[in-house]
Amino acid sequence: MNLDLILGILQIVLIATTPLVFAGIGELVTEKSGVLNLGVEGMMLVGAVSAFIILVITGSYFLAFFVSILSGIIMSGLFAFLVLFLMSNQIATGLALTIFGIGLSSMLGKQYIGTPIDGLSPWFFVIFSFLIVFLVSYFFYKTKAGLILRAVGESHNSAHALGYSVIKIRFLSILFGGSMCALAGSYISICYAPMWQEGMTAGRGWIALALVVFATWKPERVLIGAYIFGGVTILQMNLQALGLRFPGQFFSMAPYVATIIVLVLISSNKLRIKLSAPASLTIPFYKGR
Amino acid sequence: MNSLFPSIVSRSQSSGLMNFFVPIISIVLTLITGSIIFVLLGFDPVYALYTFFISPISSTYGISELFVKATPLALIAIGLSYCFKNNIYNIGAEGQLTMGAIFGGGIGILFHDTNAFWLLPLMIFAGAIGGALWGLIPAILKTKFNTNEILTSLMLVYVSLFILDYLVVGPWKDPFGYSFPKSRPFSESGRMPLLFDGLRVHFGLIITLFLIFVSWFIFSKTIFGFQLKVSGYSPKAARYAGFNQTTLVFFAFAICGAFAGIAGLAEVSGPIGLLYRDISPNYGFTAIIVAFLGRLHPIGIIFASLVIALTYLGAEDAQLFLQIPSAVGFIFQGLVLFYLLGAELLINYKLTYKKLL
Repeated sequence: MNLDLILGILQIVLIATTPLVFAGIGELVTEKSGVLNLGVEGMMLVGAVSAFIILVITGSYFLAFFVSILSGIIMSGLFAFLVLFLMSNQIATGLALTIFGIGLSSMLGKQYIGTPIDGLSPWFFVIFSFLIVFLVSYFFYKTKAGLILRAVGESHNSAHALGYSVIKIRFLSILFGGSMCALAGSYISICYAPMWQEGMTAGRGWIALALVVFATWKPERVLIGAYIFGGVTILQMNLQALGLRFPGQFFSMAPYVATIIVLVLISSNKLRIKLSAPASLTIPFYKGR
Repeated sequence: MNSLFPSIVSRSQSSGLMNFFVPIISIVLTLITGSIIFVLLGFDPVYALYTFFISPISSTYGISELFVKATPLALIAIGLSYCFKNNIYNIGAEGQLTMGAIFGGGIGILFHDTNAFWLLPLMIFAGAIGGALWGLIPAILKTKFNTNEILTSLMLVYVSLFILDYLVVGPWKDPFGYSFPKSRPFSESGRMPLLFDGLRVHFGLIITLFLIFVSWFIFSKTIFGFQLKVSGYSPKAARYAGFNQTTLVFFAFAICGAFAGIAGLAEVSGPIGLLYRDISPNYGFTAIIVAFLGRLHPIGIIFASLVIALTYLGAEDAQLFLQIPSAVGFIFQGLVLFYLLGAELLINYKLTYKKLL
């Protein structure tokens, strides 16, 4: 194996894994505040299609990403309104968001399928994805605001009793998650593909959800997990191209199986799951008397 | 003077009246939002809503199609209500459906040249076993290793889809299929009998209605149903009463998996007739909406399955006659669930206007 080939594969892995990092870190922040949003896939798709449409109409990359992130904020804002103010079931609301997002993105993007665009170089975003992980990590463990966010996710009643606004902090965390998912989507439709195709995120939203658990809710491990998952995917494609007669489906299911195994490992030890998972995850906060 | 905004006050008992009205409110709100969307897209809303919701069921064939789509939805939703009643979040019914199709369909492929009365019952049985086994994986992980079932059941959906994909492009591929990723067709006796000549509605509907009736009986007349309900409302009370939560989790998952598996088998041995990649247009996920919309009640689920089935048919017609992508059906499904979940607040909480002066 020569150096060029290794560097080439490394490049592909970096480019392919970046959207997983964005979506994973966004969902991690949301979950750290005690909210599980299963709408990642839907928000990614809407983010992808809105960026693509704006780019085709205006030709401005800046506007494309701006509107895409705005779409993520609106979608996650809808989710936040339902789960925080109407105290709806987070799991069902998240699924509704994904179903809604799949439908909305297909409808909006219908006339743009096959429209050619000039893709944007991914390298800025690749670097940014590393940066954001370290920023989130710094925020969580070195700043007071990060500590408050984590406290809200661990015990919203205690945080409330100390005078912090649980709803406001969760709202912002959900919006951050939404904008990161939209960014992941727009990266796929503008840098990675670059094109629009119905359902083009191809299950990456679910992998991002798996990643957060895989990472036991720690930011740097999201990065590690994403590169393991991304690397396996690229490895599978390359092995297929080399004509290996091992069914690719078993590689494709690896991230999901790995997640189940990790889940079992961290949760079978009751102390460890208590230390890892935000204790208030999926529990609605009701400021009643 | 009253304050401008209502404040939310917890009800001591959930409102039965609201329980009945909330699904209706959410359907009406969805229709209103839907017409706004159609207007924004430049369609006459009356014509668009007619195309979406009335024209698909204005023929005998259309009504039959409605029942074809509603059959798996209702069957999976009633299975899910065993889990949801007990606050078990099994969101992997799609995977249990797929496994049921693989197990039952596998029998169908094995006996592809056999015509015997026992073939279909055997396939249905295998489908139920396949779905139940797949459902038991998250149940075992939950009870033995304390693993959250939401993510495990969801992850298993994708594992099962890749297994199906592997089978139909690999070992189970039709040797005479020109390398299409599909299996051999099942023999005639491995197919669900049609209920009427020329219509696609099949025997799966009878199975579904029967299992819904059985479930109604279990929920309202047996100790097991009572235990499910109690441990859903109050796990502490259930533990105090000595109900075995492990057993309940196992049964709920196994029953739900078996029902989803039968639904999957009914799809492949009914309208499809063989195994291939896309056996289900997300029935397993959509059934979650059906279960919520039907308030986990057997009668409610029957009506909800018909409403949601109509969004599938309407989406197909909208694509044909209005050139709107059929994914618009997902928008309606998402909206109805949004409104439903939002309006659920009215069941457990009431809105009051605080007196300021």
